[in-house]
Amino acid sequence: MAEAALRLRERSASPLRRIFDSDLWWSFKRSRVTVSATLVATAIIGGAVLAPWVAPHDPFDPGSLSLLDASNPPAWLDGGSWSYPLGTDNQGRDILSAILYGSRLSLMVGFSAVFLAMLLGVTLGLIAGWNGGLVEAIIMRVADVKLSFPAILIALLIDGLARGVLPRDAQSEIAPYVLIVAIALSFWVQYARTVRASTLVERDKEYILAARIIGVRPVKIVLGHLLPNVIGPVLVIATINLALAILTEATLSFLGVGLPPTQPSLGTLIRNGNDYLFSGDWWISIFPGMVLAALILSVNLLGDWLRDALNPKLR
Amino acid sequence: MLAFVLQRLYQAVLVMLAVGFIAFALFNFVGDPINGMVGVDTSLADRERLRQELGLNDSFVVQFARFIGHAIRGDFGLSYQEARPVSQIILEKLPATLELSSVAAGLALLLGVPMGIFTALYRRSWLSQLLLAVSLIGVSLPTFLIGILLILVFAVVLGWLPSFGRGSVVHFGWWSSGLVTLDGWRAIILPAVTLALFQTTLIMRLVRAEMIEVLRTDYIKFARARGLSSRAVNFGHALKNTLIPVITIAGLQLGSIIAFAIITETVFQWPGMGLMFIQAVGFVDIPVMAAYLVLVGFFFVVINFVVDLLYFVLDPRLSVGRERVGIG
Repeated sequence: MAEAALRLRERSASPLRRIFDSDLWWSFKRSRVTVSATLVATAIIGGAVLAPWVAPHDPFDPGSLSLLDASNPPAWLDGGSWSYPLGTDNQGRDILSAILYGSRLSLMVGFSAVFLAMLLGVTLGLIAGWNGGLVEAIIMRVADVKLSFPAILIALLIDGLARGVLPRDAQSEIAPYVLIVAIALSFWVQYARTVRASTLVERDKEYILAARIIGVRPVKIVLGHLLPNVIGPVLVIATINLALAILTEATLSFLGVGLPPTQPSLGTLIRNGNDYLFSGDWWISIFPGMVLAALILSVNLLGDWLRDALNPKLR
Repeated sequence: MLAFVLQRLYQAVLVMLAVGFIAFALFNFVGDPINGMVGVDTSLADRERLRQELGLNDSFVVQFARFIGHAIRGDFGLSYQEARPVSQIILEKLPATLELSSVAAGLALLLGVPMGIFTALYRRSWLSQLLLAVSLIGVSLPTFLIGILLILVFAVVLGWLPSFGRGSVVHFGWWSSGLVTLDGWRAIILPAVTLALFQTTLIMRLVRAEMIEVLRTDYIKFARARGLSSRAVNFGHALKNTLIPVITIAGLQLGSIIAFAIITETVFQWPGMGLMFIQAVGFVDIPVMAAYLVLVGFFFVVINFVVDLLYFVLDPRLSVGRERVGIG
């Protein structure tokens, strides 16, 4: 009786109500660190998405730049003004606006790279786990070779290769896409291994056998029946990988092989500012650096929490 | 044991072949090497003759075999950028990277292991909490940002340490060392700390987790029950068993130290292989990129191989178990 009533309540409850009643929400609310991490991440992501509307200046409009305002310190220091709250760089660009637009690019590259890596890894993992045999052997061998090198090295190499192959004049335009592919290609292995392992377990379970017996097409079994049952851990890896992807993008851009100065991400901004560190203009590189560190730290904390919250062993 | 070694050796050769193939593919995908060697007015017939002489018309397999043959002898041709043999450039840069990496690795072990032991033994102490919190931030701060912050504080504001270069170096044959001069030691502090920070936090967390696990086991409880001093229990019994996984991970991390040296060397303009590689990527200097790739691949394979063997030596259970099921 009570159970039936509970079920009825669950069904009639709005989706929002159901989220607030869930275990996940409860464990989220209880962890103060996670809540603050969410707030920080939301603030940065929100600022990035709304950059064209909330940024005080347009850093890409050369007409609005004035060299008279170049290398202004932050507003609270001597010589700063509140029209440039975090100061300006050597060309008079507003640092705050540059950070807002820069995090937009950093996040765009990060999200796309993780999505592409996930797509690639899950597909290869499903193929390897479902088919077995030679295909599996080849995919997993490639994964092993890839795994013996750090991701940053692989991304650097792919990026360097693309520079040699692609026409020079188009490079700065397609740089974000090259970066996305380079990072995705260096991150797919983890997904492929996880999905292959769970596919091997699920493949012989009754529901898959039943689907086979009643003659469902293999593609439909894999995508409709198998995939939903192996996707859980993948989403956790994706959250943790997002921080890593943003970090990799920033590192590559800082090294000068990522996004060009015409499309500055947070890493490019730090690289630009690094040249002026010795003349005492620390704010040009330190503020973008702080935003980058806050973004990575908060996404990392969220990923850790999600991993623990979804891990049945720790309940 | 022998079968295990042979199997690992076979895998290592396979990985090296794959790396060699990628390096070789770099040459073939990226532009026509003839264009880089001749002028615009060279006739087609001359180009064809040169092509024939250089063996560029041979089959793919022959060319690849020749590339591997040259690579084994350390011959990667001339750098496009400097027009000098790549092997010569690498020999010049190798000491800088190896010195930086070993100082960083030593630093990481010297700091990470004691910090890990302390945080495991005194879990509730405020110092442990502080170390753990700092390590979390250390993991999240990008390496290059740590370098910039260190430069800002110690080179720009305080002016205590140099922010770029190796200081004065002394040559011993082809090896140039910065570790025999005071100047060289001053120059290596900031880059080595930058490079070591991430590894230190990693080793600390690893030692802590392993140690806590070991301290919960029965034989530690019995050792305590027998009335051994906590010093003997902690260091004689617990630490010994903690260190097995630590050594393997630390060994594997040696490889990533060399890879992350690329970032540190760029921040501090350290004249090593990493900086050389970044400059080569900027100039699309294929021979240098290929040589770096093969060399780093070789380092990784050797390190992985040694760590695998070390595991065998350190953990007797492994060899016993394998022999019983007839693998070893």
